[in-house]
Order: sequence, then structure tokens, then C-alpha cells
Amino acid sequence: MFLRIREPVEAVTFSFDGRSVTAARGDTLAAALLAAGVETFRDSVVGGEPRAPYCLMGICYECLVTIDGIQNRQSCLVEVHEGMVVNSQHGARLVTGRADR
Amino acid sequence: MSMRRITDTGALALHYDLVVVGAGPAGLSAAIEAAAAGASVLVADENLAPGGQIYRAVTRNAPERQDFLGKDYWKGRAIAEAFSASLIDYAAATTVWSLDAAAAEGGSASLGLTLGGEARMISARAVILATGAMERPMPIPGWTLPGVVSAGAAQIALKSVSGIPGGRIVLAGCGPLLYLLADQLLRAGAEIAALLDTADRKQRLAALRHLPGFLLSPYLLKGLSLLFGVRRQVKIVSGVRELAITGTRHADGVRFRAGGREATIAADCVLLHHGIIPGINLASAAGCAIEWNDAQRAFQPRTDKHGRTSVAGVLSVGDGAGIGGAEHAAVSGRIAALASLTDLGLLPPSGTASRLAELERQRQVYRRGRAFLDALYRPARQFLAPSDPDTMVCRCEEVRAGTLRQVIALGVPGPNQLKTFLRCGMGPCQGRMCASTVTEIMAAERGISPAEIGTYRLRAPVKPLRLAELAALPQGPAAVFAVTGRALEHDSIEEEGKNQ
Repeated sequence: MFLRIREPVEAVTFSFDGRSVTAARGDTLAAALLAAGVETFRDSVVGGEPRAPYCLMGICYECLVTIDGIQNRQSCLVEVHEGMVVNSQHGARLVTGRADR
Repeated sequence: MSMRRITDTGALALHYDLVVVGAGPAGLSAAIEAAAAGASVLVADENLAPGGQIYRAVTRNAPERQDFLGKDYWKGRAIAEAFSASLIDYAAATTVWSLDAAAAEGGSASLGLTLGGEARMISARAVILATGAMERPMPIPGWTLPGVVSAGAAQIALKSVSGIPGGRIVLAGCGPLLYLLADQLLRAGAEIAALLDTADRKQRLAALRHLPGFLLSPYLLKGLSLLFGVRRQVKIVSGVRELAITGTRHADGVRFRAGGREATIAADCVLLHHGIIPGINLASAAGCAIEWNDAQRAFQPRTDKHGRTSVAGVLSVGDGAGIGGAEHAAVSGRIAALASLTDLGLLPPSGTASRLAELERQRQVYRRGRAFLDALYRPARQFLAPSDPDTMVCRCEEVRAGTLRQVIALGVPGPNQLKTFLRCGMGPCQGRMCASTVTEIMAAERGISPAEIGTYRLRAPVKPLRLAELAALPQGPAAVFAVTGRALEHDSIEEEGKNQ
């Protein structure tokens, strides 16, 4: 959704749904995913509709993803780290906290 | 002397003179002022770096690389530098999820916060809430589709990753930020397909009586140059009365009605904006009295001229206490810090009186012209209370406008009872994205003021936290008794103490 008009100074690599994504050190995860062409972050809990970040500032909770096995993390408030494993979320969460994939 | 970055809960002190929540211009300025007076200060903020939203990433960006952000943005540099040079504990990427003003002994407030996946309770003699503003949600058909973001989000992408929206960009809504964003995007090289302005033309007349104030406003020149600059370069459709975003799994266009004609414009990225409103969740959950500001059409904590809320020891400053802009926020942060430290006896009243008077005079300059902007960009009713029944109002629990109206017609007393019927406002965002719309729809249906309808009652935790975080909190004897119904054995309390 966003195109970077300045090259990242220091690159960081992580994975999203199994594919490798490159970002800049200091990026928030949500901004890094949007800049990498990710369109949908999750399917909504009730209707299963595609959703993506709306506010990028911690208000809307549309950017929830599973990070390193911990679900429902606000990706707009988390900094990207080398080797981070990120997965999109589909439907309601499980009490056991198991990731989707 | 310099700021100390707190990266794990173990590094937090258990007690501070002052805790400031939020690291935008108001919070940073309050902390700088309080630290200079010798108070022990913690600033807790959700973001990765100081600056809030307005000065987001100001310590990471550079004028030569991010020249498109405009000169007002770089004013944040000086505040961030003064902050770094102050003796302050700074916890970034930290969520404050509870504030109980009367919980701890000796008149201290108790705060619950989470940092690095661990929760902690700390106490403070005074708390300054500088939680800032959020964009007023703009519920229109299709606004939940990927490809639709708030204008503020696009600005955040620009500041944080130097990102501009790809493809055909359409801006829609009203308010000064929409034109500021358009200007920044153009400077960054983006092409804007159209700006659909929903400002109600009738408001021009209403704004006119506030014009003298605006003519003296420091924002006058900037506002006019933005308006004319953007108008020269972007197709602007004014008087837009209906908006809907088309697309199935991603936005592909915007359908709108203006001047009695309907049209559709193709779009890959739609940026919505409808003004900004105070973020009141933490203040409200702390028990601060909330009042309706009719000129800004939003609820805000009730404060005195120095920022004191109705709860002793809790102050609210900056845009979180009523929209005034970044420079107004910075001055109000300083005022609140001086007032609060005087209340605590850390500063003599005789020494602060003249400084407070001087700061209040400065603040007045930044208030000039606000009434004009409030009147001119007062959101049109059809975007406050959407008439289309399928429009999503509560995005988390997926409650639509039509369903809300049906249940309101049953005679539900207020927004809190609507929660019980429909779960609106009970998802992870805890009503942030639907509270204003729910109140507006209810007010429109009943034909009364939003002031009479009120808004959701909020309680801690004001942001979701994991049960594991809560359960791992260090437990005192009172907490153990509350859960088990039995007093702890004496030596096991000692064990607990050692484990902490």
C-alpha cells in the first residue's frame, strides 16, 4: 500500500506468513508490512472479512497479528526485529493461544 | 544529566513524584519542566520514540532526507533534544492500562503498565495524562476495506517509513489535516487523483464571526498557503454530501454525490479524515469527569485552567484535554507540570505564579483562530450519524448502523446498555472506533444533544493485556487474600518478596 521513497538505512529481515520481508531497523511492523505490499493483515472475527491497519497509531486494533507465537499483537506498536516470525490471523482467537500456521 | 531509557520492568522505580502518560509535545514539555524543578519523573509512551504523532520519528528523520515534512515538523527536534538532556525515566513501547488515583497509600495514584510483555504496578504522587488526540472515526460504506486508511495513518507512514500511498490516491473528508497531508504527499512526489471535500458550505457563515480571531492566528499564513497550494495541484470536489467506498476484498473506487450529481472515481488507496477528537479512555476510566465540547463536537475531560481534572493528583493536557494543536499542547504541558509540582509542595507558589501567568499568555496566542477552524470544519451530520443501515459502526464486533437504530428504537437508555444488547464497543479497541458514532446516532434518533446521551463508561484495563501478564504481577498480601480468601503465611510473603 505504501511505497518507500527513501531507501532503508539499515535492513532487517523477518517473515510474514512464511515469506521473507525486508524492512528498515526502527520501523514499526505494520508500516513495514504495508511498505512490503501486504494488503490484508487478518480476517475479521465475526464476518471473516479482510482487514488491514486503519489508524497506524494504536487506536483501531485492525493490525492485530501473531508474532513469534503470541497472538493479537498490535503490529503498529511493535518494532521489527531480525528473524521475527509473523503470521496473519483468521477468525476468532483460540484460548490456547496456538497460532494459525 | 540525561534521560534514562527503561527497556524492562525491572528498571522501573516503584514510585515517582510524577508519571506522564504520552510523549507528544504536551507530555515531553511537562516532563522537561518537572525534571528541571527536581521532581522524579517517568514518561510512559506506547510509541517506539519520542514525539507523539505530530513529531513522530523526529529523532530518526533528518531535514535533508525527509524534506517533504515541512518546517513545523522540525520544531519537534528542539523538544525531543531537551527531553533527551533531562533527568527523566523514559519507557517507550509501554502501555499504561490502568490508573487508580486513590489506590495506593499516602495519597499516591497507582498505575498498571506493560513493557516488553511484562506488567508492573507503580505509584506516583501526581499523574499528567498527555494521551493526545485520535481521528474522529468516519463511518461510511466500505470503510473497513483494506486500502482505506485514515489520513493520519498516511501521515504516519510518511513520517515513519517515508512511505507514500501507491496507485491512485483519493482523499476524502474535511479539516485542516486533510490539506496538510495533501501538501506533504505532493511534496513527497505523490500524485493525488482527487480530494473530495465534505465540509458543509453553510458553516462558512457560522465561522465568519470567529474570523477576527483567525486573522491574528499564527496559523493564518500557513493555512492559506496550504489551501491555495493544494488547490492549484489537485482536483478538488467540494460540497460532497455522500461517500461510499467500492470494492470486495480491497478498495477499488469511491462513489460520491456532490451538487446533486453522483459520480464514481477509481482509487487504490482512500484516505479518510473527519477532524480529530481527544483520546479520553484513560482519563475516563480513572474517574475524571468528562464533559461535552459542543464547538469541537467531542467529549473531553473537565479541566481547570492549569489542567487539573476532577480527580485530585490527575491532570490532563494537550489535545487529550481538548483540541488546540501541537504548540498549544507544549505550553499546556509546561503549565500543568508547574501547577502539579506546586500542588505537591515541590515548588513554592510564590515562585511559580509569574511564570504560570507568562505561559498562560503564550498559550492564549495559540488559541487564536481555533474557534474559526472549529466552526468552519464542523463535520456534516450525515457523516457523524450514517444513514445507510449497512455501514459498519463498531468495526471490532461488526455492528452496523441499522442494527444500532433498531435497538435504540426499543428504548435502550444509553450507550452502555447498547453494549449489553449488541456488544458494540466491547472488542479489542474498547469503543475507540465507535463511541463517537454510537453517541451521534443515538442523539440523532432521540433528537437531543450528544451531551445528554453521554458516552461509554470505561474501566481498566483500558488496553487489552494478556492474562499471563496480569497473573505474573508481583502479588502483595491483599491481592492473595482477594483471590484465595486466606491470608498468606508470613514466611511465604517473604518468599514472594525474594522472588520479586
